Amino acid sequence: MRRLLIWAPLALFALVFALVTSGLVKPGDRMIHSAMVGKPLPALQMPALLPGRPGIDAAAMRGKPRLLNVFASWCIPCIAEAPELMKLRQAGVEIDAIAIRDTPEAVQQFLRQHGDPYTRIGDDKASAAQLALGSSGVPETFVIDARGTIAFQHIGPIRPEDVPVLLAQLEKAK
Amino acid sequence: MIAEAGLAALWLAAAFALVQVLLAWGAAREAVEGKGDQLMIALRRTTLVQGLLAVLSFGLLILLFVRSDMSVVLVVENSHSLKPLMYKIAGAWGNHEGSMLLWVTVLAAAGAGVALFERQLAAATLAATLGAQAAIGLGFYAFLAFASNPFVRLDPAAADGQGLNPLLQDPGLAFHPPTLYLGYVGLSVAFSFAVGALLMRDVGPSFAKAMRPWVLAAWIFLTIGITAGSYWAYYELGWGGWWFWDPVENASLMPWLAATALLHSVTVLATRDGLRAWTLMLAVVAFSMSMIGTFLVRSGILVSVHAFAVDPTRGTFILALLGIYIGGALALFGLRVGKVTQGSTFQLVSREGALVLNNLLLSVILGVVFIGTLYPLVAQAMDVQLSIGAPFFNKAIAPVALALVAATAVGPLLKWRRDSANALLGKLLAPAAAAGLAFALLFAFTGSAHLVPILGIAFAAGLAVASILPLARRNLRRTPIHIWGMVIAHLGVAVSIAGMAADTAFKVERLAAVSVGGNVTVGPFRVTLEEIRPTLGPNWSALEARLKVQRGNTAPFELLPQQRFFSAPPTTTNEAAITTLLDGQLYTVLGQGDEQGRWQLRLWWKPFVTLIWLGGGLIALGGALALVGRVRRELRERRDAAEAEHL
Repeated sequence: MRRLLIWAPLALFALVFALVTSGLVKPGDRMIHSAMVGKPLPALQMPALLPGRPGIDAAAMRGKPRLLNVFASWCIPCIAEAPELMKLRQAGVEIDAIAIRDTPEAVQQFLRQHGDPYTRIGDDKASAAQLALGSSGVPETFVIDARGTIAFQHIGPIRPEDVPVLLAQLEKAK
Repeated sequence: MIAEAGLAALWLAAAFALVQVLLAWGAAREAVEGKGDQLMIALRRTTLVQGLLAVLSFGLLILLFVRSDMSVVLVVENSHSLKPLMYKIAGAWGNHEGSMLLWVTVLAAAGAGVALFERQLAAATLAATLGAQAAIGLGFYAFLAFASNPFVRLDPAAADGQGLNPLLQDPGLAFHPPTLYLGYVGLSVAFSFAVGALLMRDVGPSFAKAMRPWVLAAWIFLTIGITAGSYWAYYELGWGGWWFWDPVENASLMPWLAATALLHSVTVLATRDGLRAWTLMLAVVAFSMSMIGTFLVRSGILVSVHAFAVDPTRGTFILALLGIYIGGALALFGLRVGKVTQGSTFQLVSREGALVLNNLLLSVILGVVFIGTLYPLVAQAMDVQLSIGAPFFNKAIAPVALALVAATAVGPLLKWRRDSANALLGKLLAPAAAAGLAFALLFAFTGSAHLVPILGIAFAAGLAVASILPLARRNLRRTPIHIWGMVIAHLGVAVSIAGMAADTAFKVERLAAVSVGGNVTVGPFRVTLEEIRPTLGPNWSALEARLKVQRGNTAPFELLPQQRFFSAPPTTTNEAAITTLLDGQLYTVLGQGDEQGRWQLRLWWKPFVTLIWLGGGLIALGGALALVGRVRRELRERRDAAEAEHL
């Protein structure tokens, strides 16, 4: 028993070492991707954040491909992607949103200032929906296909060059 | 010429480190055979020269930054001629290459410190220790020379630099990393001591007494570094939080937890000759955590807000060093520790027993932080995804931390070797009464909504009373300084825990859009936005909000949160304005404005939040007193021994 215990730290370290090495060898891909891509959208039920605009109900999000944008009024990169979201909206894309740890007043002001592309806005006070989606930060954007399956995940702000990619994914998701 | 001289000093230091390893080998063999100490003298001097050369190299790098020498790549990338002097200096370590040079410098200087001051240790063990320290140094010199040379020239020279990340332009940054590194890398001494002791099979009270001051010194710096870092993040990032469980923060917390456990187990070894193998293990683990932390931060393998220099090549290099040093030390531990005899034993209810409990609880917390920090990697390896963040850490650690607070309260009240459970219960009456009273009062006033933080405050009250008890019935003037140190450090833990719990339970957050002239209330305060005005600094311009704050009918005061714009590189930062009152802090952040002329204000009322850092300061002060007390006692004993020899 004692002999085993003596070698346990080295064994543990070897394990961590192997793990870290594998993490280092896997090239390039340092983004945390959701394991949910290719799976049906979780049965999200989120209350409406703003009066007069519906919250998120996964069942209602079928029939037409759409974007699900995870954002927050306190998130600075979200300001950067706001114009691109507006362009997508103008191109006829339906965009739903999950507001992370936010308040109605702040979101209202954010939308007034940076444009309002959203059809639905779900209120995610505790980041619970974000966790269910396997999203790790704001902003993130998911492409949901017509059958309600998560088809694609975009991490970070949407830049002008990302817009064609998202449009192509939406086309594929029909 | 300065850059070339700096590089030359670095290479020379590396050469001396190599010589040091060879000399250590010879000196240890001579000492074992009981021969003269010629090699030992040469070894001590080599170690000293190596330390001086490393310090010289780092000093020259600072000089390059002070002179804004734009023919050096590192200066161009991380400095700007218009920066205030303090931030030019801080720029020297506010980047990957410079911070690694700082790392090596502290490593070499710590070795020099041991060579200069260590007189307690057996000659052979000291030689092996200095050899181990130089061997660690060699790897990191190689890393600097081959993978991250800070002295690379730029030809042609740049017109001016690209500036420093404005978030880092803060007095906190000028002092935080060096302090943290002194602790972080200072633990290398404990590691080398353990390796030396294992090599020479010399583990006992005298070894522990020799190691203790070094562990204590590193731990004090680490405590100050973490406390200051936490406060810096709190006021500089404008998020209103004091701990984010970010991988980089965890990287500094893990060595601290291990060092705290080590500090207590080394005392058992020094006083009672117990816990021999465990103490060696902790010494290896503590510095290993420093190295793993460095690797995690430097390799970019984990995503973090403040990890910089994402570079897999460098990651591979440091990983190889990790494998050699940690793997080597653990293998040596496995081979040798079986031969280390067990030392003396003790009863379960005793000071030793409480210290073992303390060690176990600290290890559990360390394990949780370690697993939580590395979990993204595990998930990646298994292609599973699960987010780990503050909720996980808080939930998993809070109960263990409460148990640790209880153990900290009980430990010092126990006698060494054995104590009676009845006597213990008697001593625990007062602390238990304090905890119970605090709990009853808070529960009555706030209900069960914040059960865990209220328990935290109650346990803190109990610990506060318990930590002062060892002073009871003592002649205070005759009480040894290190006892005062323990009392103050434990009191600091109570104060800090109380602050964390109070902030968690009672903070009030308010997010509002306010027009000039409008007002909002947060907690007991009424905040009026009087004016938004532009203002200028040395290398930034800003919008400043003038807030009038009034609490009840007392005199109003002003707060001036800013949104700063830096041109090089173009960045916006939020400068929170914070006012510190006796019962907490009001924290204000100015956000964006909108077309209707309203401004986003983010306000927090944080009752007793300052206790967190006050407690951290007390813990460090307690450590410093313990260090002074121990060193003074040792000097006196040495003098007495010398006098006895004369007679």
